[in-house]
Amino acid sequence: MKNKLLIIIPAFNEEATIAGVIASIRRHMPAADIVVVNDGSRDRTAERASSGGAVVLSHLYNMGIGATMQTGYKYARSKGYSIAVQVDADGQHPADQIERLVKPVLEGKADIVVGSRFLGEGDYRPSIARSAGMAIFSKLVSIIIKEKVTDTTSGFRAAGKNCIDYFASRYPDDYPEVEALVLLHKKGFSIMEVPVSMAERAGGRSSITPMRSVYYMVKVLLAIMVDLMKKN
Amino acid sequence: MYLFQIIAIIGSVALFAFVIDFIRRGLLKEKYSVLWIASALVIMALSVKKGLLDGIAGLLGIAYPPSLLFLVAFIFILLINLHFSVVISILHEKNKTLVQELTLLRNALKEAGVDLSGKAEKKGPGNG
Repeated sequence: MKNKLLIIIPAFNEEATIAGVIASIRRHMPAADIVVVNDGSRDRTAERASSGGAVVLSHLYNMGIGATMQTGYKYARSKGYSIAVQVDADGQHPADQIERLVKPVLEGKADIVVGSRFLGEGDYRPSIARSAGMAIFSKLVSIIIKEKVTDTTSGFRAAGKNCIDYFASRYPDDYPEVEALVLLHKKGFSIMEVPVSMAERAGGRSSITPMRSVYYMVKVLLAIMVDLMKKN
Repeated sequence: MYLFQIIAIIGSVALFAFVIDFIRRGLLKEKYSVLWIASALVIMALSVKKGLLDGIAGLLGIAYPPSLLFLVAFIFILLINLHFSVVISILHEKNKTLVQELTLLRNALKEAGVDLSGKAEKKGPGNG
């Protein structure tokens, strides 16, 4: 059977960038299907995505990024896609690099492939606070999964069939990227990183404010600890 | 009988009456009333039977027995709050699943050519 590729774009109030992101993906990955999961946007995100040629799944109201990604994975599972790629709606994840993520999954080298900003490509320079947080996460996750992971917060990922099935049944709620890796490792999935360069966001704002970043750290650390203690 | 006993009895009887009334009017599910009723009954018993209150307070080394009432009330409030947090978490999970299923269902309907008002725009395959 031919490998069906789905691009999942979670979007919340991204009318400024969504059409450009979709157009770029269609140009670079003409064979891929695109689904935009609209998480209760109050702007014209859904219309822009729809006229751009994507399937649009709209939540009745805002549910958060975790639930939004999971809706995408549930769609991927129900439609029988064999690979799903998460791409941000803000233009940070260049469409010309999707192929790099997909290739190792296709070749069966990994169940999930994460695009890392810290493997030599691009010149991503986070703020001191953010890079400290990222360093803590990557150290911790590297220790837990006994494999070096450099960019645990990257949301630029390609998931194979078994990962799609797992994420459709279980996906963390908020700030899910780091926790998802730990969950996958616990379930025995193989994780691989490939170097990518990311662009500056083309519009919109980061969801991570200083106050939220404290919550982010605490929540993710707690979630990882609890995940390690959970039976299944 | 001390004044604090009278106040505590009135308070716990009122709580009991409110909870029963809320259940009767369908505002409160029996499932979520158990801890409230238990707290009303325990506080009621401790405030009616001064000997019981003094006895337990003595056992726990509480010098001023009426403060045991506060401790008991505090523990119940803590339990009730924790119970609610669990209930909210379960509801959150169910709500999430519901929204996701609804989202996929609406898309499936759209694919089948059914608009959201429920009218078929065009006949889907296998539509007899």
